Amino acid sequence: MSTKQTTKSSRITRQGVVMTLYLIFLLLPIYWLLNMSLKTNEEILSTFSLWPHDLTFQNYMTIFTDPSWYSGYINSITYVLINTVISITVALPAAYAFSRYRFLGDKHLFFWLLTNRMAPPAVFALPFFQLYSSVGLFDTHIGVALAHCLFNVPLAVWILEGFMSGVPKEIDETAYIDGYSFGRFFTRIFMPLIASGIGVTAFFCFMFSWVELLLARTLTSVAAKPIAATMTRTVSASGMDWGVLAAAGILTIIPGALVIWFVRNYIAKGFALGRV
Amino acid sequence: MNKTWNNKAWWMVLPVVLLVAFSAVIPLMTVVNYSVQDTFGNNQFFWAGLQWFEEIVNSERFHDALARQFLFSGLILLIEIPLGIFIAMNMPTRGWALSVCLVLMSLPLLIPWNVVGTIWQIFGRVDIGLLGATAAKLGIDYNYTRDIGDAWFTVVIMDVWHWTSLVALLCYAGLQSIPQAYYQAARIDGASKWAIFRYIQLPKMRGVLLIAVLLRFMDSFMIYTEPFVVTGGGPGNATTFLSIDLVKMAIGQFDLGPAAAFSLVYFLIILLLSWIFYTVMTNLDKQGR
Repeated sequence: MSTKQTTKSSRITRQGVVMTLYLIFLLLPIYWLLNMSLKTNEEILSTFSLWPHDLTFQNYMTIFTDPSWYSGYINSITYVLINTVISITVALPAAYAFSRYRFLGDKHLFFWLLTNRMAPPAVFALPFFQLYSSVGLFDTHIGVALAHCLFNVPLAVWILEGFMSGVPKEIDETAYIDGYSFGRFFTRIFMPLIASGIGVTAFFCFMFSWVELLLARTLTSVAAKPIAATMTRTVSASGMDWGVLAAAGILTIIPGALVIWFVRNYIAKGFALGRV
Repeated sequence: MNKTWNNKAWWMVLPVVLLVAFSAVIPLMTVVNYSVQDTFGNNQFFWAGLQWFEEIVNSERFHDALARQFLFSGLILLIEIPLGIFIAMNMPTRGWALSVCLVLMSLPLLIPWNVVGTIWQIFGRVDIGLLGATAAKLGIDYNYTRDIGDAWFTVVIMDVWHWTSLVALLCYAGLQSIPQAYYQAARIDGASKWAIFRYIQLPKMRGVLLIAVLLRFMDSFMIYTEPFVVTGGGPGNATTFLSIDLVKMAIGQFDLGPAAAFSLVYFLIILLLSWIFYTVMTNLDKQGR
């Protein structure tokens, strides 16, 4: 009995050590960014300190008071929200069709959607630039939102299809027998059933649009410039304002960190396109 | 689930088809258009046939970028897959410890890619970064802007930092689906830990592992932002991967013809990989249902 006890406790310790080391490895770079964002530039460049000796929120104040900085956040959030709404709206009926019916070319269509999720944004940067310039969508929020549909709509269709396939088909049939029209059934019965799926999909659409930079930067110049582009440009122009750069970085992590708790059990499912 | 045959379902997928056609097919047609033409400016184009494709397929620049790309993708797979499995097997299985691990592990996955680059750019700097400064204090000559090896080390460790959690979370999901009875049976048989891993856990993780390998391979194959922010493709061209090279060619030098041909060759490679991915996924779905 006592030997079993010791092996058990030693195994837990080994697990604990491995996980602690891994989490430290993950958090150390983020901590360093946070650390720098709370220092003055003089302290960053002159002394090497593991925590801010001269704690300052000046870097954050700079971002919140300078329109060229905070408008970047507003632009990013605007096009990300537009994109999320568009993606979910068009993906819901399509995912339902894929999960319930067979139709001409369905498998090819499903595969074609996947290729767009996997397509390198670099391939699309130049044609997007030219296409959107010619139709007047260049440097608009809706333009970036449409461009991000390239990978977010397929993502939304795939994830939602995964969730919808988990709902038994008998529910649909019973509802139709009870005299529900398709529209009423879909909004009153079906959507509440997959509410968590819709939430997870919305989260992933938000996230993938939020982290993307290449297309967002190529398609904007001033009016819709995302925060990510503001970061790269301001840095090269003002001669490395490290503190503000770090503060801007920390602020971009916050949206993800805020909702992460609610989707923690679905992270793997979302990244694996609903297939886990 | 047995599905009914109904061609009216096309009306439900029509919005998606139109939207994706606008954001994918039309731009791609532009690329095809450019890839077979030549221009001397003034919007005058001439038929060039397959000239650009021959040029790209035979160019050393493309070969080098492709070789670097495969080396990078191979390296990160070699590190991230075993490490991810190892982490997944050490994760707590329930309680608050599990929630904390899930949340903290997901954090790097949700950071904007350019900020990931910024984090490591700062972290590795000799003057102000923890990693760079520590290396300097230990007497290690580490400088990712000058030394090719150090640049590669930084880019690879950054990707490991960024994405290993995804592999671990996927493997964890696979491990969770193993019924306890399997472990009890193994204990009765007196199976060693290695035997349990080899004959129970690994086969049960096969599905999620395939997805993890394919996802990581595809996503690393189109990586752009993170290495671009850290090294800018340098020193020299040492970390210029396919996407970085393509953007340099298309937007930096505005070589439309070669860039378009480059895009199409690149896209064909991706298409082939997607097809493998799709086949694997549909086979798994069939087994699962």
